[in-house]
Amino acid sequence: MLIKKPADIPYSEVTPRGLYLRRREFIQAAAAGAIGGAIGLSPLAIEGLHAQARTKLPNVRKSPLSTSETVNSYDDATGYNNFYEFGTDKADPKANAQRFVPKPWTIKVEGMVKSPATIDLDTLIKPFALEERIYRMRCVEGWSMVIPWVGFPLADLIKRLEPQPSAKFVEFTTLLDPSRMPGQRYPVLQWPYVEGLRLDEALHPLTLMVTGIYGETLPNQNGAPIRLVIPWKYGFKGIKSIVRMRFTDKQPRGSWEVSQAREYGFYANVNPTVDHPRWSQATERRLGEFRRRKTEMFNGYGEQVASLYTGLDLRKNY
Amino acid sequence: MTRFGVFKSAIFAAALVPAAALAYGFYTNDLTANPIDYITDTTGYTALSLLLLSLSITPLRRLTGRNELIRLRRMLGLLAFFYACLHVSTWLVLDWFFDFASMAADIVERPFITIGMLTFVLLIPLAATSTTGMIRRLGKRWQQLHRLVYLAGLTAVIHFWWVVKADFREPRLFALALSVLLGFRAWWMLRSRLPLRS
Repeated sequence: MLIKKPADIPYSEVTPRGLYLRRREFIQAAAAGAIGGAIGLSPLAIEGLHAQARTKLPNVRKSPLSTSETVNSYDDATGYNNFYEFGTDKADPKANAQRFVPKPWTIKVEGMVKSPATIDLDTLIKPFALEERIYRMRCVEGWSMVIPWVGFPLADLIKRLEPQPSAKFVEFTTLLDPSRMPGQRYPVLQWPYVEGLRLDEALHPLTLMVTGIYGETLPNQNGAPIRLVIPWKYGFKGIKSIVRMRFTDKQPRGSWEVSQAREYGFYANVNPTVDHPRWSQATERRLGEFRRRKTEMFNGYGEQVASLYTGLDLRKNY
Repeated sequence: MTRFGVFKSAIFAAALVPAAALAYGFYTNDLTANPIDYITDTTGYTALSLLLLSLSITPLRRLTGRNELIRLRRMLGLLAFFYACLHVSTWLVLDWFFDFASMAADIVERPFITIGMLTFVLLIPLAATSTTGMIRRLGKRWQQLHRLVYLAGLTAVIHFWWVVKADFREPRLFALALSVLLGFRAWWMLRSRLPLRS
């Protein structure tokens, strides 16, 4: 018998494995949906199953701020994650976030801002054109990737929110919901996860609010529906699944800082000359490469961001 | 083969599964996005598990009265050493590719590497004197020398503890297991020194 090789199926038409494995559930849900629809219930269960389906984002512009380095594979970026809300092993987030449904989603804007409000995510991001930013991502653990994020500058959002002149910092909070984020059932870190930036860091053109990756919607394990990416800082500053932004005049304390202040500071700028107390930060392993490479000051974004820190002792303010 | 012989072979085969899985994963390029870290973690975890298993033989033997269990002890100890060798080689070859200057700096400056290396060094004389000939030749001193394994167990658990960033559930479990295993010995030692009460 002649076995033909499958024709080139576009990736978008391949059923994602997680969805495939749950096909029975899907059929059940579809049946329930049909019945539910008939009697006037919303078929939310079906929508849930589609949460992890990959959707291409339309009208994404390229950005001159992208690096031309080789991009890591989609599997690297979406299968090797630190997202303790879904488990502490690198493979846990992908495994445990499949059923997470990042909608409906609102973001609470509060503190020293013109009009505090709870805003629906779609409304919040509607005014902004999406662009692709290919950034280096350096984890505090000593590995790095190159990832094509899709999003918009946080600065654009902040300008619309109009912080008061007294606001000096912005603090972000991740969703707290142990029923949907199983990692939160155990106090590995202080939940909900909190991170913060100085307002000038938040307004820097490199700082990105991210809603997509590889031209598609953001998978749950990467921080759906919206996360932060600050490419010159260690990865843990890029808080995921954001539900709150608070403008304040006091320096926020992030969850990692609370857990181990000697090891994780507020700034967390990538800096090869300031070691983590337990390991060196001088080198990193770019995933996919064999030999370690030298870590660059500010992760190679020094030209753009070094001026933010003039006069600041980076040894003390790590 | 005796029934116990079959049991022993089965344990031997089971202990080789992690190494075989790594080899297979390496071949099929399926060791996560960060294979070097994955190999380091897996070999270290297996080495520590086997070391604690080897430490559980004597208490198990005394509690169950099954003396044949002693025949597992050397095998488990050597398997632990085998994985410790893989663990250290991974660091030496895959992680640093013989960058001796950086490795030396790591051993001096990073406490978790210092203590990990100490653990490995402690295990070397134990593995080297594990042959029947050496046991006979060293006599009473063999037992004294091999008490080093208690220290190696302790330094290995500390090494694991110091590697972890925030989730201490596993290191805590290993620390608890080690405390129980060393606790038995401490208890027996104390009891043997106390005068018998009628």
